Amino acid sequence: MQILEVKGVNKRFGGLQALNDVNLSVSEGSVHAIIGPNGAGKSTLLNCFIGRLNPDSGSVTFDGKSLLGMKPHEINQVGVSRVFQTPEIFVDLTVLENVMIPALAHRDGAFKLNPFKRMRQETAIRAKAIDVLEDIGLEDKIDMTASSMSRGDKRRLEMAMGLVQDPKLLLLDEPTAGMSRADTNNTIDVLKHIGDSRGITMVIIEHDMHVVFSLADKISVLAQGTVIVEDVPGNIKGNPKVQEAYLGTTN
Amino acid sequence: MNNSKYSDSALLLFFIIMVVAGPFLLAPFGGSYPDLLQKFAIFGIFAIGFNILFGLTGYLSFGHAVFLGVGSYGAVWMFKLLSYNVLPALVVAVVVAGFFSVVIGYISLRRSGIYFSILTLAFAQMMFNVAYSVATPITNGETGLQIYNDDPQWLQGADSPLTTNLFGLKMNEVFWRPEFLGFEAQFNVGYYFCAFFLIIAFYLALRITRSPFGMMLRAIKTNQNRLNFTGVSTRPYMLAAFVISGMYAGLAGGLWACMDPLAGAERMQWTASGEVVLMTILGGAGTMLGPVLGAGFIKYFEAIFSKINDQVLHSWFAFMPDGMENVMVAIVHPFVGKGWHLTLGLLFMMIVIFLPGGLIGGLTSLGRVLTGRGRKSKG
Amino acid sequence: MDAILLQILNGLDKGSAYALIALGLTLIFGTLGVVNFAHGALFMIGAFCAVTLNKVFALSSITIDPTKTDFLGKPLQVKTPYLEKWFGDAGLAIMDWSVPLAIIVSIPIMMLIGYVMERGLIRHFYKRPHADQILVTFGLAIVLQEIIKAFYGANPIQTPAPSTFVGTLDIGVYLGFAQDAITYPYWRLVYFAFACLVIFAVFAFLRFTTFGMVVRAGMADRETVGLLGININKKFTIMFALAACVAGVAGVMYTPINSPNYHMGMDFLVLSFVVVVVGGMGSLPGAVLAGFLLGILESIASMNVVKQFFETIFIPSIDQIVIYLVAVIVLLVRPRGLLGHKGMMED
Repeated sequence: MQILEVKGVNKRFGGLQALNDVNLSVSEGSVHAIIGPNGAGKSTLLNCFIGRLNPDSGSVTFDGKSLLGMKPHEINQVGVSRVFQTPEIFVDLTVLENVMIPALAHRDGAFKLNPFKRMRQETAIRAKAIDVLEDIGLEDKIDMTASSMSRGDKRRLEMAMGLVQDPKLLLLDEPTAGMSRADTNNTIDVLKHIGDSRGITMVIIEHDMHVVFSLADKISVLAQGTVIVEDVPGNIKGNPKVQEAYLGTTN
Repeated sequence: MNNSKYSDSALLLFFIIMVVAGPFLLAPFGGSYPDLLQKFAIFGIFAIGFNILFGLTGYLSFGHAVFLGVGSYGAVWMFKLLSYNVLPALVVAVVVAGFFSVVIGYISLRRSGIYFSILTLAFAQMMFNVAYSVATPITNGETGLQIYNDDPQWLQGADSPLTTNLFGLKMNEVFWRPEFLGFEAQFNVGYYFCAFFLIIAFYLALRITRSPFGMMLRAIKTNQNRLNFTGVSTRPYMLAAFVISGMYAGLAGGLWACMDPLAGAERMQWTASGEVVLMTILGGAGTMLGPVLGAGFIKYFEAIFSKINDQVLHSWFAFMPDGMENVMVAIVHPFVGKGWHLTLGLLFMMIVIFLPGGLIGGLTSLGRVLTGRGRKSKG
Repeated sequence: MDAILLQILNGLDKGSAYALIALGLTLIFGTLGVVNFAHGALFMIGAFCAVTLNKVFALSSITIDPTKTDFLGKPLQVKTPYLEKWFGDAGLAIMDWSVPLAIIVSIPIMMLIGYVMERGLIRHFYKRPHADQILVTFGLAIVLQEIIKAFYGANPIQTPAPSTFVGTLDIGVYLGFAQDAITYPYWRLVYFAFACLVIFAVFAFLRFTTFGMVVRAGMADRETVGLLGININKKFTIMFALAACVAGVAGVMYTPINSPNYHMGMDFLVLSFVVVVVGGMGSLPGAVLAGFLLGILESIASMNVVKQFFETIFIPSIDQIVIYLVAVIVLLVRPRGLLGHKGMMED
């Protein structure tokens, strides 16, 4: 079953055709990677999924519902979580609190007035947050203030915040950019583990070919605003179009 | 958070003891008289409520005195229409303030940051004009709303007291005047009535801060955008915080009217709104005890400074040679008596420039330096 | 018809003041990113420059005329201003023209105040949260107005316009209305013309000088201009001093219209903020346009016909709150203001 379908999406910024008739479909439970050279329109496309940008034409349908025109919190509430490229965490709060907030949002919806409920009583949410933090390897830092963490840990915290919501679709924007090789491998393991154990559908935007080919079930190659190829990883490497647009220029 | 149950209970207990012992504690400082003690409690409530909005969410409202003002008006109207009993007055004060904060909050919260501050300031000025001239039949304009002999007071019993009371217990009654360290301490019904609400207000604020709701508010302060992408609709959270703090202000305004059954437009002026901002940041925005401490500090020094006149100054500097004495009096004169506002303004700037964490923040870092530990206190 | 025209004219002078203050606020906000709650106090200080000069000019020597007695029977004290004593009629003319002359005095004073404010205080708050900027300038506004109050007292101080401009002009006659239908004080005309001149000068300065170009670029994209290697800090100081100057001269010229008091700054500031919001935060033409529009609107709302109409729908004294109501409506319908850009101030 296709959980996310993008059809005929166009987006123009002044004279620049950033997205040109983009079509994409992501099947449930799969890991779908979007790759492409710089300026190919990857970020623009992602922003169309999450309500930051409205395409000029075309449709983005998730689980039978159109995502276009929805507010960011509504998109999250239908089951699309996003992991940001630069960590956007709550720097004044503790690591545990950072993860409990999305967990609460997942359970309670977009708004719940519970000013007299004690945080201590939220044991289920707490357990769930700690569980995810263990998965991601931050269990010994739960009481740390988020601002004092290392950059790599912040990225992992970002991921935990997305994962704790048990999303139907997890959007990852360059999850390993700027990470060391060891951290990258670790992240790949975590994502693989989660993909297998929780069955979360993921869309990954990534530069690092190593990450893409270790994780993806399917790859879409974006160049100059258009999807030039959509295929399984095995067929991507040998594809001449891809080599011309992307691999040929970087290797 | 693990040991917050223990430390929160201790904090609450400490707070209750300080409030109940207030008349004793302030006696040596010449602050143990009903009027001042009541102001401590009333403005403590006001500042605690303001802190729920500003301290937790970081939204700086410049119009919170409006809710205090409408609370006072609502309470006085209850005295005029029903009786001198304070309970209906307080209920109406909170409800009216809640209503106004829903309307003003709904509109102002369409924007954030500076815009929000400007909008609340504009609303404050508008409501001041409304109270001062537009709605004169309701507010009695510049004279202020007060109780007259020909007011209906439908529920006023024949033998109930002709002053604000709780089922006959008069608010202005001083029931005990012990000597304490050579100073007179005055125990007043009105103060303990206000103190009761102050403790409840403090307890509720503590609960709110420690609740999931409170955590969302703190997350709004840190990164509102991210919270939206996390699936939280921040606007209703903001509105709820705004209305809660507006109702706190209404309670404070109602209590003020209960202590002294008057209401005037000047309670809603931007200077009054600025004062509660100052109380909060002086004590330490976002801390539990800070706002109350700031409110007490400001009200105490207001009372002290306003009383100092040139005669007092001359007696202070009498030990100096005549010329020096006059110079010193001339230097200090602009800051005391009627010049209290100048001191207030300077204090405002000093706090923002040098002590952004307020008194509590300053004490915490001092404590950290002294004990050599990096423990983060939430006092 | 003539009544409406008259109210439009009456709204112009207040509108001019709003426009000038809002212009300075927008300049400072657009370039420095600081909301200056002390800007109204600068307007007030300008007004008190005029008051001070007026008082200085009026310093008199006292001589006793033994031939006459006052009503208490004592010898009559005759006060002769030094200016009159020294320069005769020229001295009297200088005294008469004290308000326009105060502009010359106020410009360096306001420049200096602006310079000191920016260097001494505002500069250290660029990187602090907006709430801190608001709070510290708010505190400064209180301090400034209390200092003025300490020196000049709480009562308004009359400061007359030059006698040439006392009296009214019968504009209606020129436009074909009956005599005395539309009369307008000369000084208000002067104020309006002066405001237009200042606004024009500011826009020309921004349009045609390299400095102005940098400032406009800075308003559009502050970070990039910082990267160009331009000494932004110095430009900021000049910008702030200029904005202080605009507020100051606006205050000087306003004194004959309304006698200045110590809290006039805050009264105008709140309204000027509303003007800035209605005009669109960060838009200079928006600030000017909204300033005049709201001034005129306020004036029209004070007409008896309008007031009575609103009283029938239970909104008495509409003129007191009309500006705020309009601001609320504009904000609900068009949140970014009349001429505001998208994305401005949405954080």
